[in-house]
Amino acid sequence: MIPELGNFSLILAFALSILLGIFPMVGAARQNQLWMGLARPLTAGVFVFLSISLAILAYSFVTDDFSVQFVANHSNSMLPLRYKLTAVWGGHEGSFLFWTWMLGGWMLAVAIFSKSMPTEFVARVLSIMGLISVGYTLFMLATSNPFDRALPLSPADGADLNAALQDFAFIIHPPSLYMGYVGFSVVFAFAIAALISGRLDSAWARWCRPWANAAWAILTLGLSLGSWWAYYELGWGGWWAWDPVENPPLITWLLGAAMIHSLAATEKRGVFKSWTVLLAIMAFASSLLGTFITRSGLLTSVHAFASDPTRGVYILGFLGLIIGGSLLLYAIRAPILKSEFGFGGWSREVFLLANNLILVVASAAILLGTLYPMVYQAVTGGDLISVGPPYFNTIFLPLVGILVLLLGVGPVARWKKTSRAYLIKQLSKVAIAALVIGVALPVLLTLGVPLTTIIVTVLACWVIFSLLRDLQSKIANKPDVWSGLKSLPVSYWGMQLAHFGFVMTMAGGCLTSIYSVEKSVLLDPGESAELGRYTFVFEGIEPVQGPNFIADEASIEVLRDGVYFRHLYPQKQLYTASNTPATHMGIDGRFFRDLFVTLGDARNQGAWSMTLYIKPFVRWVWIGTIFIAAGGILAVTDKRYRRFKVRQVQRAAPVTNKDSQPVVEG
Amino acid sequence: MKNLKLYIPVFAFLLLAVFMWRGLYMDSRTLPSTLIDRELPEFELRTLGEGDQLVSNTDLPDEPFILNIWGSYCLPCLQENPIFMSAREQGLVPIVGVNYKDRDNLARDWLDINGNPFTMNIVDDSGRYGIDLGVYGAPETFIVDADGVIRYKHIGTINYQAWEDEIMPVVRELQSAHAASASASSGQSS
Amino acid sequence: MKAHRKKKLSIILFIAVGLSIAIGLSLFALSNNIDLFYTPTQVAAGEVTPGQRIRVGGMVKEGTVEHNQDELEVSFITTDYSHDVQVLYTGILPDLFREGQGIVAEGMLTSAGVFQASRVLAKHDENYMSAEVRSALESAGVDSDGMSSGAY
Repeated sequence: MIPELGNFSLILAFALSILLGIFPMVGAARQNQLWMGLARPLTAGVFVFLSISLAILAYSFVTDDFSVQFVANHSNSMLPLRYKLTAVWGGHEGSFLFWTWMLGGWMLAVAIFSKSMPTEFVARVLSIMGLISVGYTLFMLATSNPFDRALPLSPADGADLNAALQDFAFIIHPPSLYMGYVGFSVVFAFAIAALISGRLDSAWARWCRPWANAAWAILTLGLSLGSWWAYYELGWGGWWAWDPVENPPLITWLLGAAMIHSLAATEKRGVFKSWTVLLAIMAFASSLLGTFITRSGLLTSVHAFASDPTRGVYILGFLGLIIGGSLLLYAIRAPILKSEFGFGGWSREVFLLANNLILVVASAAILLGTLYPMVYQAVTGGDLISVGPPYFNTIFLPLVGILVLLLGVGPVARWKKTSRAYLIKQLSKVAIAALVIGVALPVLLTLGVPLTTIIVTVLACWVIFSLLRDLQSKIANKPDVWSGLKSLPVSYWGMQLAHFGFVMTMAGGCLTSIYSVEKSVLLDPGESAELGRYTFVFEGIEPVQGPNFIADEASIEVLRDGVYFRHLYPQKQLYTASNTPATHMGIDGRFFRDLFVTLGDARNQGAWSMTLYIKPFVRWVWIGTIFIAAGGILAVTDKRYRRFKVRQVQRAAPVTNKDSQPVVEG
Repeated sequence: MKNLKLYIPVFAFLLLAVFMWRGLYMDSRTLPSTLIDRELPEFELRTLGEGDQLVSNTDLPDEPFILNIWGSYCLPCLQENPIFMSAREQGLVPIVGVNYKDRDNLARDWLDINGNPFTMNIVDDSGRYGIDLGVYGAPETFIVDADGVIRYKHIGTINYQAWEDEIMPVVRELQSAHAASASASSGQSS
Repeated sequence: MKAHRKKKLSIILFIAVGLSIAIGLSLFALSNNIDLFYTPTQVAAGEVTPGQRIRVGGMVKEGTVEHNQDELEVSFITTDYSHDVQVLYTGILPDLFREGQGIVAEGMLTSAGVFQASRVLAKHDENYMSAEVRSALESAGVDSDGMSSGAY
């Protein structure tokens, strides 16, 4: 009975979404205050019923209700409670409910934090998000209902959650990834509302920015956690595989990064308006595309046996309607979004444009590589291919290099017009310092001439020194350093923090790919193997028993330069319910390097194969992304967005802004 | 339409959508089913019944039958079971089970609880016969004609729709062909 | 106005040049880095040039996995039930690698007709749950379709 309530609640959310998709939108067109006023209550309703659905699904997991098919397929009575809860998003149907619930959460947040915006605008935004919610809930009800029952023949016990998903990172990775992903629908709704109303001024950009930043920052964390999870749980020594399933979120991330930069120019200078809107649509489109790819089995068709085309057809239809429709709307309405065109050759606008160009090209190249197998198969009539990581690295790395080079100049350049002499004055010392230190450091540390490392260090020094130089010149005319630092706006700190994080991720990623070493060995108990400064002594294997798995645990003594360092205990696990083997690495993670061992398999006479890894700087990749995300979040909290709000409430008048561009009504 | 360049995104997207549409229906011929229209591979295996007698191809029904790969661990098999049960009760077609990579006691318990639709159950606990058959995993279902030649293969769960639309038409066709040849041969002998 | 036009033109030129370089580079990189997928039957039919980087997919034939007891070398036969291909691999095989499982091997064919794998991907569980597991892994955004990489 309880799961039927969940289903019923889902149907109610669907019905309310339809109302939300129609009435406020029509109301905004007809200036009907009552209908526009429905937007917020309907949004709350959609969220409440989605929450009830989600809670009931979680309840079904906790109570081991294996009559629900989804529960039976993804849980087991022996599964620890925390994994029973996370199993809610451990499969297609449940994760989609979770995803839709996230959309509801974003809608509710917009409804609550939009007091400063005109009713008409809020009504449009919420209505558009309501339409998206119609699509998602209908998809669930029609093709993948998590509440489907396996009646009357319900199994006695469930099939268990996949072993690789029973991990801490998996508890938090999908929520943050989905939250960031879905957050782009807010920005999309803002963009469409702007196209419909024809109003796109710097006030609009100011409303939009916190949402764009928040969604992007959360997506950053989600991507980073996914990479960490793949590294840690799959234990294969890599942190990014250019896999067709990993790529779409990265494309969204890159387009989102382009968008928040372009949005900055739109807010400050009233330029790139229609470009910003197009980026908002493309970022959202790429997030839908990612959904399509992962849930239709399209790109994994090389290996998939039983993919479900109905789901794919549905998502494709939805994609066509939403994205095709909004791009058409864009084509028709974009001419009314008049941008100012007044900036000089070395202005910050130009650098932002270059940044956007690189980011968009990078995402297009990744999209090409991701979809190429599909296109190839369609054109050649069935030949299967795969595009390897070398393609992505060849394209992506040079682009990132140019991006980092520009990153040293862009923030220093001024809006509208920057003289070349000013830039040279600001940056000549920075360039010299970066070159000297960037070359000297690797040469002294490695006593050689490692070319790639030198390029990486020079670039990293270039950005960091330029950042410090900018800071110095910003506070030069303040009485003392502290008051100078305090006077800088929060959004400035956010920007610099994110830029610093980006450089750290870049440097970490490059350095780890250069300096990582690994070695596969076959060891008898008592034997040892050496890698770098470390000696690994295999002491033996002990059987251990987990809550829902059994494992062989190896005890490995690690010596550094011949002195005892620590023990590592990698495991080879077997999850009993699903009979799936899994590897659990024994890891020693430090700021400057990771050290870990993964177990292979047993050979005769107690010998085991295992792989030893040393991965210097690998943690920088993830630490850097934390800085990026923190920077994005910090920028959201800038007083500018709040002060503006208060002023509006005091005036209680439609928003107009001094530096806003004339509004063109279409 | 005066600003044509603004329509570029729409057209690019439409092109992409066409490819994705085609991609959905593309055949992924990774592991082709090469066994169709070949004879059922030979075997000599235990049955699940008491006594553990060995059976081989000659013990299979000499009429068209269904060969179903199943296991007590396999959830979709549970969903197929009522369909097979009703087929057995109505005497539509014999169903031979291949108990795949399972344990005997678990399999027997499963049949006791859920009902046994199989006329015969071959035990393939090592999965060796599954290899010969090209089985990816349970459930999988083969339709074999009276001469022991595989005529149809279904991967994954059989639901009522698949049973009516895919399985039964093939079975009926094979049965009528079998009946025709049987009456022809009996006519000759008489 | 004239200066404005000129500036706009130079920006458009800049974008056009940048884009065409990027597209050219992309296509070049793409043409060099695609791996074709072959079945053992196609390999047996001689469709593959030795030395070309390809992927071969099939089932691991029962009883053909041989570990060298002193080294990490493994050899096995992958089959599509009509033809076999001998695969050599040095390293640790993925968790899900078992006899009778579907695998994809990445590497190249030697002139002796043996496939030297640089990477072996295994997938699939014993029962059909794995299709679900795969979509779980996919929606979680992982290494494709639940494959675990043997080496990289």
